[in-house]
This record gives sequence, structure tokens and C-alpha cells, in this order.
Amino acid sequence: MNRAVVKRRHRNDKIVTGISLLMTGFVLFTLGAILATLLWNGVQAIKPSLFLESTPPPGGEGGLANAIVGSLMMTALGIAIATPVGVLAGTFLAEYARHSRLAETVRFINDILLSAPSIIIGLFVYGIVVIGMGHFSGWAGVAALAIIAIPIIVRTTEDMLSLIPDALREAGAALGTPRWMVITSISYRAAFQGILTGVLLAVARVSGETAPLLFTSLNNQFWSTNLNAPLANLPVVIFQFAMSPYEDWRELAWGGALLITVAVLALNIAARFSAKQKARS
Amino acid sequence: MLETATVDRNESMQSRRNRFGMRFGDPIFRSVTLAFTVLVLLILGGVIVVLFDGAWPALRIFGPAFVWTSGWNPVTEHFGALVPLVGTIVTSVIAMVIGVPFSFGLAFFLTEICPHRLRQPIAIAIELLAAVPSIIYGIWGLFVLAPLFQHYVEPFLISTLGSVPLLGAFFQGPPIGIGMLLAGLILGLMVLPFITAVMREVFLSVPPVLRESAYGLGATRWEVAWRVVLPYCRTGVVGGVMLGLGRALGETMAVTFVIGNAHRLSMSLLAPGTTISAALANEFTEADGDIYTASLVGLGLVLFILTFFVLAIGKRLLLRSTKGTLA
Amino acid sequence: MTSDTLARPVMHTITAPNLKDGPLPPEKIAVRNLNFYYGQYHALKNVNISIHDRRVTAFIGPSGCGKSTLLRTMNRIYEMYPGQRAEGEINVDGEDILAQRDLTELRSKIGMVFQKPTPFPMSIYENVAFGIRLYEKLSKADLDERVFWALSRVALWNEVKDKLNQLGTGLSGGQQQRLCVARAVAVKPEILLMDEPASALDPISTAKLEELIEELRQDYCIVIVTHNMQQAARAADFTAFMFLGELVEYGTSEQIFTNPAQQRTRDYVTGRFG
Repeated sequence: MNRAVVKRRHRNDKIVTGISLLMTGFVLFTLGAILATLLWNGVQAIKPSLFLESTPPPGGEGGLANAIVGSLMMTALGIAIATPVGVLAGTFLAEYARHSRLAETVRFINDILLSAPSIIIGLFVYGIVVIGMGHFSGWAGVAALAIIAIPIIVRTTEDMLSLIPDALREAGAALGTPRWMVITSISYRAAFQGILTGVLLAVARVSGETAPLLFTSLNNQFWSTNLNAPLANLPVVIFQFAMSPYEDWRELAWGGALLITVAVLALNIAARFSAKQKARS
Repeated sequence: MLETATVDRNESMQSRRNRFGMRFGDPIFRSVTLAFTVLVLLILGGVIVVLFDGAWPALRIFGPAFVWTSGWNPVTEHFGALVPLVGTIVTSVIAMVIGVPFSFGLAFFLTEICPHRLRQPIAIAIELLAAVPSIIYGIWGLFVLAPLFQHYVEPFLISTLGSVPLLGAFFQGPPIGIGMLLAGLILGLMVLPFITAVMREVFLSVPPVLRESAYGLGATRWEVAWRVVLPYCRTGVVGGVMLGLGRALGETMAVTFVIGNAHRLSMSLLAPGTTISAALANEFTEADGDIYTASLVGLGLVLFILTFFVLAIGKRLLLRSTKGTLA
Repeated sequence: MTSDTLARPVMHTITAPNLKDGPLPPEKIAVRNLNFYYGQYHALKNVNISIHDRRVTAFIGPSGCGKSTLLRTMNRIYEMYPGQRAEGEINVDGEDILAQRDLTELRSKIGMVFQKPTPFPMSIYENVAFGIRLYEKLSKADLDERVFWALSRVALWNEVKDKLNQLGTGLSGGQQQRLCVARAVAVKPEILLMDEPASALDPISTAKLEELIEELRQDYCIVIVTHNMQQAARAADFTAFMFLGELVEYGTSEQIFTNPAQQRTRDYVTGRFG
């Protein structure tokens, strides 16, 4: 045995280990730095007026109330549309057509849509809804967010239903239960936590989306809950205010950024928790 | 006992409820799920049709040369996709150059080195990094990283690498912070957690026996990772990198904040530029004139086709790699 | 029938019944010239067997011999999967179930218990009531009564009566398996199919399950697949030995395990292979 060789190998191992440790430390540090900056700048903007007043003109006093409400409305409606569509399509893939040609194709397309640039979805909805209605609107924003959420929900629903052992379906069928009842009253129940996880992840993803809203719901400086008109929303307000030269607008942008990040991280942690619950049961 | 059972059954046959659901429930439910499945297909098809239709006025004038012509002039209505396309590719390549080694380092750390108790928390932290909305990366890049770049990183790069022949061409011009390099860095930071997650997954899919027998020969952890694990799941790793690339190509907000939005081709990575998605985000709602709007949609079409192929290749490779490990 | 069926049809019937329980009850299931295919693979070759009511019949044989496949043809559960098909006849009370159109009715008559316990993700009460509700509209009191009856039947009532609203998945393995038997029995079937029902259970739960089978035998036609020969010898009146998709020998358990007529059966039951 050549001692020099062994020594060199162990030295290399130590060096690479050190590098990987540094890299991990650096990435974790970055995460910490992002959160710290957000907190530092955002907390200053958190005051009652942030939630009570609408977006101000430059130099004026105001908050983000209209943007918060607009974001909540569009996210809620988008998810309300995407959930049934995604769950039912995921059901078809997992329960009826596991290995069919159609299922393979849809699975592939769905995965592409899952990572497709969201700004493209914005262009798509612009081309259909905005041009169709003749103006920007909250509904267009809802459509864009729904289209972004659907692939996430399809994917998790299919994955979760596929995890259910076939023996459970057979046990249902052996009692004479029709397929659709096996799915609705056995499979869905068994996969509930998992599907919920997917929906939560979709909410998290959608609530931070900015790009597709730029061409769909646009923005609205005033208080409005009218989905047939342009509707304010947090991401677009953050974008516009952060890029502006006005100090008070930038402060509001930081406040909004903090709100969104907290919401998104909380949703992700909730989703993780829900997935864990499932693993335990 | 048996007698009563038989009698009961006869009654039950008569009072069987829900006959409709029993007989027609299945075809109805199946058709409904099928309809929504087809809807997912139609969305993708719809995207292509709508983009093509929207871009048609521009494509009719400029033809396929639209893709490789530079020039972006709303006054003379002359448009070409070259500058934003190059910007998109350059920033994404920078992102990959930064992101891939880091992802490999992290995945190596998480699967071979990290004490078991810390693996889960660190993996979760990295996944949370992936969940942070891109606009947050953008705003952070603009307000935190850009000043750092302007005052420290870029002057340093210009004074060192800037004077190296050939390589120096990439590091010329005044340090202004925002530009291709910063955009690429932010993008790299964004796709890093995603690629790490995929790599970690494929690394974990390596059969334990393979790892154990390599360790059994006295291989070090690095040798196991580099010579056994990585070759074993090469396709999966490349697939994950492609998926990350697909995301980087289409990422909008993080880039829009820090790219500078200049329709200019420059050798220097420190110069401001633009990408397809940043051009769309900045200009789309303000574009006047049919040709201008159509050209922007045309950019979207180019981006969509590009990401479609990158994602499709990535997906195929990943699929093949997991099939390989299962067999 | 396909032309590649090799063996000449052999009718497997019970010729020397064990009469300690009184006269042999009538035939309940008559399998005639049954062939089964998984896609191209010929899994059951010309199987013929008569199975009697109110008796326990066991299928034994090495893995892959077709014993589970044969069981799974009897309620046509295999039809859930594409590419699987059966040819021939399976007569239950003289009616060919392979030709029957209404699977729901068929399965209300034939209950099934699986290798691993399969409690549905709902409460213990709902697990038992689930099947009943498919076929009958009972008042709350009648439904409670039937659930009580089914759970008592499998000797589970005393163990779960205080936690009927808890999840069925929270029970122990043996209790889960008895819950699954209760769920099958609650629908008042005539036949019970059991596919290696004890293979996931510990010895004590296995003993309880075997007691339960002995008890249920008085009212039901029970068909059980097992890889455990002692279990077949203990629990079954009749045993069929299968090998490579063929039914090799069928007789009283006593005869199969002590004095098999075929060399292959002898080799298997004495542990020389499989």
C-alpha cells in the first residue's frame, strides 16, 4: 500500500468536504440575509395604516389595504377554480388511465406547465381574457393565477392517489362499490392530507406571482373590489413602488414584501406539517 | 342464522337505493375527470396558438429573421429578438455556472457529510429558499446586492480580471451594480435550491448496496460521491440541471429588477442588458402600436419554445434516470 | 377455449368427504375449464373444481402457482386491471358469474378479505356500515344493530365498542383484519374469499383469525388461499394443491396432507420444494 497515495486521497476528501461545508454555510447565510433584510426594512412599514389605507400618490400617506384585499380575492378565486380542475384531472391520471397514452401525454404536458415561465401564462390570458373583455380586469388575474395553480394540484393529486395501495381500492370494489364511489369515498379520504398539501403549496406559489398579473389584473391605485376592472394586488404594487424613486413608496414596498414572504413561508410550513400528518396516520 | 341472512338479502335487493348512482355514476364521473384532463392539454395547446396568433403581425413583417435580428426601435417600428434572446441565454448561463457547482456541493453535503440530525432541517431551509417569491429576490438584489456590487465587487473585478487578455472583455465599463452579472447571480441563487432538491433526490435513489460496497473498499466520501454516485445518476443530475435552466430562462421579476433594461448588445457582463421576460414585464403594458405589441408577444413565443425544449429534455432525462434506478 | 390448453379436462371433486360434520353440503361454486391470462402469460390452465357450501376450502402451492389468481376470478376483482382476462365458466349456484353483467350484485354475494388489512380511512363504525349502505337503506337503529351484529360475529365488539368513532387504521393488525372480515360479513354475503388473510399477522392474531374462520364456516362457503400448510391443515376441510397454473390435486385436507395421490403434491407438502 502506498502511504502517499492514501494520504493524498484523504487530504482531497478533507478539502472537498470543507468546500461543501462552506457552500452550504454560504447558502444558509444568504437565506438568513434575505430574511433579515426583509424584517429590518419591512417592520418599519408595519403599522395599522398599512392595512387600513389604500395606496397613496407619491409623497402622500397611505397603506396597502386595496392591494392586500385584491391579492386575497384573486388568490382565493384562482385556487377555488384550480382545485376542482386539478383534483379531477389528477384523479383521471391516477385512477382511470395510469398507463394510457393520453395519461402519459398529459403528465408530460402538465410537468412542462409546472415549470413554464409564468409571464407566458400572463401573455396567454392577456390574449384571451383581456383582449376578449377589452380591458384589464381582476377576472383576468384570477384566470392567470388559476392556470398557474392547476399543474401543481394535478401533480400532487396524482402523486398522492398513486401512493394509496391498490389493495384498498380492491377492498372497496370487492364490496361491490362502483369505481366512482371507491374514488370519492375511499381514495379521496385516504389522500386528503396529501391533496391539501398540494393546494397549500399552490396557494403559496400563486400568492407571490407577479409577472402574470402585470398584463392581466394590472393595478389599481384606489380601493376597489370590482373584478371587472383592474384590481390592485401586492406583487405588482411592490414591483412598481420598489422601482420608484420615492422613499415612502419604497418603504411600503418593503412592508408588502415582508407580508408576502411571511405568508408564503407560513403556507409552506403548513403544507409540510400537513404532509407529515399524512405520513403519521 | 343462515335463513335470516337469506331473507334479509331478498329484502335488500328490493330496497337497493341509489340505483342511478350505481349504474350511471361511473361513466359520468369518468367523463368529468376526462374532460378536465383534456382541459390541461388544451391549455398548453392554447398557449401556443394564442402566442402565435398574437405575434403574427410582427412575424409576417420580419419573418423568421425576427429571431436573429437585433434592433428594438418603437419609433421606426423595427424589432428583432436577438438582444433579449442573448440576454436571456447569457444570464441563464451565468446562473448555471454559479448554481450547478453550488447545488452539487450542497447535495453532496446533505447526502454524505451532514450529521443525520441536521439533514432534514437544512434540507427544509433550502426548500424554503426555493419557495420565496421571485419578486423578493429582485427587491433584495436591487437594494442590497446592487450597491455591494457597485462599490466593491465590480471595481475589484474590473481591476483584476478586466486587464486579463480575452477574459477581460467581459469585465469592462463603469461599475453600476445592476447588469447581466448581477442578474445572473440572482438567478443562480434562485435556481440553486431547486437543482439541489432534485440532485439530492437522485443521489438518494442510488441503491445503498452500491454506496456500501464502495465504502467497503475504503473509498473516501468524496470518492464515493464523485466516482460512484455521480456516474450512477448522471442522467438524473443532467435532467435536474435542465429543469433548473428552464426556470432560469423564464424567470421574470428577479431579473427585471436588476438587469437595467437596455436593448444593447455588450461584451461586458457588467453592462446593463435585457432578457425576454424583463422586456415583456417592462414594456408590454406601455407598448403602443400593433407591431410593437406583436413583437413583444413574438418574444414570448421564442421564450416559450426555448423553455419548452429545455424542460422537455430535462423531464425526459429525469424520467429515464428514475426508471433506470427502479429497474 | 384456446388450443394450447394441454391437460385433458380433469374434474376435481370431493369423492371421500369427511363426514364428521354431517352430510356434505351441496356444491356452491363450480369452476369449469377456467383459463386465465395476464396479457400473454397463461396463468391458469384448464382449472376445474367444485367447492362446497358451508365448508372451508384452501388453495395451496408455491408462489406464482396461480392460487391467488384463481381466487381473484371468483369475484372478478381482476377486471380492475387492463390486460387480465378469464375464459371458461365459474358457476355460483348454477349461474355463470363470468357471463353475469352486474358486478355489484355479484360482489354483494361474495365478500373478500385481503393479504394485508385494508381498513378504509374512516371510523370503525363507518367501515362496517360502508358496505351495508351500498345495498340497503336502513334506519339508524337497524344500521346500529347490523354493525353490532357484524362486529360481534368476528368477536371484535368488546374490543371496539367504546371507540366506534375512532379511525379503523388505529387498531392493531389483527383487529384490523377482523374489522375487514366484519365489513365483508355485514353485507351478508354467501361466500367469503380470503387471500392469505393471516400472512401479515402475528401468531396470536393468526390463531384468533383461524378460530373465526372455524366459526364462520357454519354459515358461509369459505375459500382461503394460504402459503402456510399448517394453516390449511388446521383450518380447511378441503385442500387443493396448485402448481404452475394447474390444479394438481384436490381432496380432504387430511388426505392431501397425509396421503397425497400425486408425486408433486407429496413433494410440496413434505417440504421438498416451494
